[in-house]
Amino acid sequence: MRLTLEPRLAPSARMRWLSPLVAAALTIVTGVILFSALGKNPLLAFHSFFVAPINSLNGLGELAIKASPLVLIALGLAVGFRANVWNIGAEGQLTMGAIVAGGIAIHYDGSGALLLPAMILAGALGGMAWAAIPAVLRTRFNANEILVSLMLTYVAQLVLSYLVHDPWRDPQGFNFPQSPLFPDTALYPILLEGTRLNAGALIPLLAVAAAWVFMRKSFLGYEMRVAGEAEEAARYAGFSATRAIWVGMLAGGAAAGLAGVGEIAGPLGQLLPTVSPGYGFAAIIVAFVGRLHPIGILCAGLLLALLYLGGDAAQIAINLPAAVSGLFQGVLLFYLLGADVLVNYRVRVVREDPHQRRAAAA
Amino acid sequence: MKSRSDAPRLELRGIRKVYPSVVANDGIDLAVMPGEIHAVLGENGAGKSTLMKIAYGVVKPDAGEIRWEGAPVTIASPLGARQLGIGMVFQHFSLFETLTVTENIALAVAGSRDLAALAKRIDEVSQRYGLPLDPRRLVHSLSVGERQRVEIVRCLLQQPNLLIMDEPTSVLTPQAVPKLFGTLRQLAADGCSILYVSHKLDEIKALCHSATVLRAGKVTGRCVPAQETARSMARMMIGKDLPVCEHAAAPAGSDERLAIRGLSRKSEDPFGTDLVDIHLSVHGGEIVGIAGVSGNGQRELLATLSGEAPLTESAPIVLMGAAAGKHAPRPRRKLGFAYVPEERLGRGAVPMMSLADNALLTAHARGMVRWGLVRSDRVQAFALECIEKFDVKAAGAESEARRLSGGNLQKFIVGREVLQRPCVLVAAQPTWGVDVGAAAFIRQELIELRNAGAAVLVISEELDELFEICDRIAVLAKGRLSPARATRDTNVEEIGMWMSGMWPGAEGQGAERAPAATEVGVAAHA
Repeated sequence: MRLTLEPRLAPSARMRWLSPLVAAALTIVTGVILFSALGKNPLLAFHSFFVAPINSLNGLGELAIKASPLVLIALGLAVGFRANVWNIGAEGQLTMGAIVAGGIAIHYDGSGALLLPAMILAGALGGMAWAAIPAVLRTRFNANEILVSLMLTYVAQLVLSYLVHDPWRDPQGFNFPQSPLFPDTALYPILLEGTRLNAGALIPLLAVAAAWVFMRKSFLGYEMRVAGEAEEAARYAGFSATRAIWVGMLAGGAAAGLAGVGEIAGPLGQLLPTVSPGYGFAAIIVAFVGRLHPIGILCAGLLLALLYLGGDAAQIAINLPAAVSGLFQGVLLFYLLGADVLVNYRVRVVREDPHQRRAAAA
Repeated sequence: MKSRSDAPRLELRGIRKVYPSVVANDGIDLAVMPGEIHAVLGENGAGKSTLMKIAYGVVKPDAGEIRWEGAPVTIASPLGARQLGIGMVFQHFSLFETLTVTENIALAVAGSRDLAALAKRIDEVSQRYGLPLDPRRLVHSLSVGERQRVEIVRCLLQQPNLLIMDEPTSVLTPQAVPKLFGTLRQLAADGCSILYVSHKLDEIKALCHSATVLRAGKVTGRCVPAQETARSMARMMIGKDLPVCEHAAAPAGSDERLAIRGLSRKSEDPFGTDLVDIHLSVHGGEIVGIAGVSGNGQRELLATLSGEAPLTESAPIVLMGAAAGKHAPRPRRKLGFAYVPEERLGRGAVPMMSLADNALLTAHARGMVRWGLVRSDRVQAFALECIEKFDVKAAGAESEARRLSGGNLQKFIVGREVLQRPCVLVAAQPTWGVDVGAAAFIRQELIELRNAGAAVLVISEELDELFEICDRIAVLAKGRLSPARATRDTNVEEIGMWMSGMWPGAEGQGAERAPAATEVGVAAHA
């Protein structure tokens, strides 16, 4: 007797919803084993991972702050990923968006009302410009956009580092590598008193709606999907591959740039040598855990944000080693992606057929 | 174990194989004697391919017994089958695209480390059996026809005791078919058994000693083909008489709708075929066929006509009176052009998308998009109309394209293009790998379209098909196009001869032919 995976006739709609639950169950089982082996109370560990971070208003605000950039970037990347445009340099595009927007906040002296909108626009354009470089190289010289966009991430980070170490350094900052604090007019207004939740969190929500319309309803979204699923069919239909690359790269760049603005005009309030703890890379995971679907990405972004907060909480509350909290996060993501196999395959128990003779080949 | 001469070389007993969607084989018995050429006859989807894959160890049967020279065996893998002495030429090829012909063959032929020596053997075998093949070429650059040649040569190199051939003649010129039959008869006379899978009744009558007929996974008849008529075998195969297309005389001459004027183009593929000075004109109300074995410039010509690889100048392609050589596919469609490509899955249709989404692929310009948004009600309606009018067997507009059988998907694709009322339709291999019923249906639709006044150009390797539906036939050979002859003024023999590049041309063309022939000779020796 053995287990086999058998392709389903059609993807199971039920499994599409059930597979995250399967993953959750497997995570709990693994977590119980893992935490017990470390001599921690599993219940307490689960509590600090999944409940403690969000059982206060402040916690919910923090969750939204962490989830916002993840969701926003993942949406932008998903537009490209669906068309096989592999922009993995969102971290760099985020950084460039933050640099351009931050530059305006530092040097802009006019009246306040236009400052934040100008920063938002500039941040999006900055991210797009940074994403345009791999797009040009890909469409003109067929350079691999994965490598180019990744390497440009490090360039952007070094540019930022140079700016905050020298030209944009705060004269009153005791020589710390950081820009002056932005004026209040350069910051997103706080939505909930007593939390850090700000109006920037509304942008990902708008983006979810926009991405949903683009992916499910627009003809351009359809063209991009065809380009991703069957390149030859796209050529046959006359859909431009060049345009798919441009749209995919620019969508990711704009989203990442906006996320950069969200950081510096939100929780940070200034430019620092590092403006993102790796949102641009984590968003790739969010995009795939969310199955490149806008609603899925929203859920996945919230989940990953919760895991980040929970990982910190677990380290503080029950002395869980940082490596183990990372391990546990990885286990959950692994199961989530792995359980998706059940959507297209079913597990079947196969018994050896007694009628089948087993004679050696002559 | 000593084989007894009266035992069948291979015997299948009560073979059953169930797939999630279908019972592919249901209690099939089949025996082939040493030296016998045994036909396995049936439509696409009748279970022939599954049965042959079981015999070759690719697929494990759910029930049943396999005996090799009288002794029960389990054929666990193709390697096991080859060790027994079974060779198979697949209908769907199993080749690695990024490897050369020689490397692909080396993977299957035991003890062939010396690639140079193997390349020489490939050359010898391909010469002897009239299957021209350059061993150094990469498989991805080969046409469908050329890939099948690789499969045939690969098997012949192993000197098998049982050779399974799955629809081997679909890629051969009519002159090459008797040559292959001669080869197969010689092999059989030497004691090799041959399982010959086909749905072409005349071939089976000419070649095979006996036949097993399958329909819907069951044996529906056993016969000696020489004693049967094509009609009686067809009835065993499809349960009724063969459908025949109605073909009225061509309507009175109409305007020129598609013209190719002096098209020459170097192939972008280093192993492709350059097109040389092609002239052709297709008028409304006629079907023009282009015969020829694939790999003679069909791919290049189709990419040029469809706009997938536009030219750098406009003049050579004229669509509805407009010079369109530089146009991409969409502007060409705006001029009334439609195209049914050779590959159904992945080109003509997106495998993972629903039929509705696949309708949108080329029919989007017909009011399906407003303000950049897809009007799904219209897409749905168009897809359903296509499914209904073209008798597509599918659960609905939401069925994924890859779930459809080849014939049904092809009906859908042809329907999608025809329903857009094109002025010019180009169809490449419109019935390749499609069952008899669907093939007749598709041909009839092409004829209907022509009767409605459209210009239709069909590029096909199936000569029978071209003679059945075309008003005029031309031949593409080595990148050159012969003059088009009215179908009633020519015959299979003449077209077959033209397929090797020898047609009577103007003086200039006659002179040009000699260097062309030399080029080929050089290529063969290079």
